[in-house]
Amino acid sequence: MTEMVYGAVPLRSGDAVLPRWWRTIDKWTMSCILLLFGIGLLLGLASSPPLASRNGLDPFYYVSRQAFFGGVAIAVMLFISMLPPQVVRRLAVLGFLAAFVALMGLPFFGTDFGKGALRWYSLGFVSVQPSEFLKPGFVVVAAWLMAGGQEIGGPPGKTYSFALTVVIVSFLALQPDFGQAALVLFAWGVMYFVAGAPMTLLVFLAGAVVLVGSFAYANSEHFARRIDGFLSPDVDPTTQLGYATNAIREGGFFGVGVGEGQVKWSLPDAHTDFIIAVAAEEYGLVCVLVVIALYAIVVVRSLVRLMKERDTFIRLAGTGLACAFGVQAMINMGVAVRLLPAKGMTLPFVSYGGSSLIAGGIAVGMLLAFTRTRPQGEIGDILLRRGR
Amino acid sequence: MIRRPLRPLARILKARERGENPDSIARENLRLRHEEMRDKARNRAEGRLLVLGMTFFLAFSMIGARMGALANMPAQEPRSTASGSPIIGQRADITDRNGRLLATNFETYALYAQPPQMIDPARAAHELVAIFPELNEERLLRDFTGERRFLWVRRQISPEQMQAVHDIGDPGLLFGPREMRLYPNGSLAAHILGGASYGREGVDSAEVIGVAGVERQFDAFLRDPANEGAPLELSIDLTVQAAMEQVLHGGMVMMNAKGATAIIMDVHTGEILAMASLPDFDPNSRPAVLTTGDQSDSPLFNRAVQGVYELGSVFKVFAVAQAIELGLANAQTMVDTRGPMTWGRFRIRDFRNYGAALSATDIIVKSSNIGTARLALMVGIDRQRAFLERLGFLAPTTVEMVEAPTGAPLLPRQWSEISLMTISYGHGLSVSPLHLAAGYASLLNGGTRVQPTLLRQDGPQNGERIVSEEVSATMRAMLRQVVTRGTASFAEVAGYEVGGKTGTADKPRPTGGYYPDKVIATFAGVFPTSAPRYVIIVTLDEPVETSGAEPRRTAGWTAVPVAAEMIRRTAPLLGLRPVIETSDLAGVTLTSN
Repeated sequence: MTEMVYGAVPLRSGDAVLPRWWRTIDKWTMSCILLLFGIGLLLGLASSPPLASRNGLDPFYYVSRQAFFGGVAIAVMLFISMLPPQVVRRLAVLGFLAAFVALMGLPFFGTDFGKGALRWYSLGFVSVQPSEFLKPGFVVVAAWLMAGGQEIGGPPGKTYSFALTVVIVSFLALQPDFGQAALVLFAWGVMYFVAGAPMTLLVFLAGAVVLVGSFAYANSEHFARRIDGFLSPDVDPTTQLGYATNAIREGGFFGVGVGEGQVKWSLPDAHTDFIIAVAAEEYGLVCVLVVIALYAIVVVRSLVRLMKERDTFIRLAGTGLACAFGVQAMINMGVAVRLLPAKGMTLPFVSYGGSSLIAGGIAVGMLLAFTRTRPQGEIGDILLRRGR
Repeated sequence: MIRRPLRPLARILKARERGENPDSIARENLRLRHEEMRDKARNRAEGRLLVLGMTFFLAFSMIGARMGALANMPAQEPRSTASGSPIIGQRADITDRNGRLLATNFETYALYAQPPQMIDPARAAHELVAIFPELNEERLLRDFTGERRFLWVRRQISPEQMQAVHDIGDPGLLFGPREMRLYPNGSLAAHILGGASYGREGVDSAEVIGVAGVERQFDAFLRDPANEGAPLELSIDLTVQAAMEQVLHGGMVMMNAKGATAIIMDVHTGEILAMASLPDFDPNSRPAVLTTGDQSDSPLFNRAVQGVYELGSVFKVFAVAQAIELGLANAQTMVDTRGPMTWGRFRIRDFRNYGAALSATDIIVKSSNIGTARLALMVGIDRQRAFLERLGFLAPTTVEMVEAPTGAPLLPRQWSEISLMTISYGHGLSVSPLHLAAGYASLLNGGTRVQPTLLRQDGPQNGERIVSEEVSATMRAMLRQVVTRGTASFAEVAGYEVGGKTGTADKPRPTGGYYPDKVIATFAGVFPTSAPRYVIIVTLDEPVETSGAEPRRTAGWTAVPVAAEMIRRTAPLLGLRPVIETSDLAGVTLTSN
């Protein structure tokens, strides 16, 4: 009666958004990301004033920009991590389409900033690299396609996702941006692996990579020089790599001290590609190991959480995002210690860069959304097992 | 694979009988199968995710380990040479025969810039120009602010300049240690030493490489670390060289010559004790190579080794010596010298008419072209050519200088009888003064061939026999008479028994024929004639002696006085003692009780 008179009491289905978010979010991963961002700001304080003074700007111009964009990125990350996976997927697909269109428009509207590759849109106060935004969207779309392909009577999702990968990789390679292309290819490969790639295919692929690599080495001078430079035991100390290696040696275990580093004065990319060298020089091995540990925790922990995940789409998408994130960090640091051939790639969340920060925020936000604790039918499983 | 139907007929029929919806059976089956598949996929994914996680963990650990390894390594200055073999800076010294320094190394610095590290390029460029006025400020500034990451500013700077640059205080201006080649004696023996410059350059050191002379010839030896810094000992005697160059320079100025060269050579060992070519240069800062005109006018041109000239009558001794050696004549044989001598459409004249006949000795003493030509006709083309070849006149000298092969003799295109006669008195065959020195030494040292050398020798060469001891002695006696009563009377230096032959050769025009007023005046001598030790060659290019009523160009008036002064100055330095005439003893009054 009361209900008829006063209307129904609004019925709450489940908890409020925030408490549930706090309960289910992977707090370890999130703290690691926040710590990484903090370290990035700290290193930005060290590495960017030389660049700012070279460009005639306020010494902390880049730091304050980094802080601003970092704030936006964290807000975006938190917002996305609160969304349910279905909504994330919907938004990601839309974002992917937008980024894909932007990518195709690059040859017509892009700028190359004098670096010889059309990768950016200049929006005045900030430049945007569409491929950064394309990556998380692509991972979600590919995961969706693969998951769909595993349904009974579903579409041939794996084939579709592979075709999509080929299209995107060829667009990126045309820019040329081999780094991002390799990253996209890698993300797809990891998802395909987890989605159940046949073993024979994996072996065959490994062989093909070796073949293509040696072909490129024999036929592309650019590629061959990179590899030769990497293989030669001596590093030319006047190259960026030489300075970076030397900075790491200079730093030793505890660093030369805050603000005392020299390498930031010599390296044009000290605030982006070689920020780990700045970290190693000023704060020493301790800081670097902390950074490495943070990345490792984010990746490994996400993967472990995804092991329990029942939903194929969420598992694949999460895997793709975590691995792309981890590999990017790994390549950046691997180059600085000369474990990998020189390849310009930013250190996610630590390197300077507005659009890459926000793109990173979106990716990690999605990852957090996918790795949230949710009922995985454990009780049902137990009952089922008992029934059998 | 066994297909399990989603709609098993037996159950469906039963359900229909019971009036239930058979579709629910299909849905239920589909759900079960879906769950089964999902669990299978999850199990597989679990394993693969585990593999992925381990891989990532391992990779991150590897990077961490590598970081640790790098951090544990001592830092190295980033400004070292990148790759390739290390540059060996130490270059051996060069000394004269007595161990006196001719070339050594000196610590200095090179100035380079690393523009990316510069704080104030404009100020740095401005102040650099104040220190080095030869630099261009605009160009420097362009280099400092442009794309370049590294540039050399100056290859060598003095300590004062270094301090001044240091005081600019720009961290982008840096110094690289260098070894600089230093020739402490300046232009002394410049052509022999040649010079050095930088080869491969690194920031920490630079290669010093020889560019000419013995520096280039012995480059590998001088740079070979296996020698442990052992110096290169030349045959040169620094004091003799210095005295000779001084006299030669004075003579060249006094005789208004445009160039001059002189050689003093040991007749037995072939060692060149002194060799000079004027004009010369300072090997500490070699002049640039001429880009236009005749290279033989460049101060870099070594007239003694590279220059080939028709040297004139100094060659007569070879024709006469060969005739005597072959037994066709002796020192007293009378030879027809009526002139002019006509051979086809070719005429040979003497400087003045010497009468109907001269003895072989007088042919040398008076320098008769006709008499020499007649003796040469008796010798013949083939024997003359073979004789000159054995004396080394038909090939470049083998002296240890890179320039030696460029001093190739100019031979007649066809060795005709005319060539036979003209060559006998020194025309039609162009050789370098060094050839002549070696030829004289070979002929007069007792008759064995010597090769000229710049390296210190321990004993006589004792080469192939050219003429007999007697013929050699006869020739020395003849040359002595040239000085005592012939054309080279100014060459008399009391006590040193100088013998020698003059040669005044008209200079050939490049267009053919000869200049009427340009000569090459040469004196080729030996001293002392009784026990020969040294050969001296003095050649003046276009000398004119103007003290008399009319200009005199003959060697007797130009080259000979210079050579005499040279002997006067250098013979004591060479350790020769003058032979004191004892006939004056009569003037001494012995006092006794």
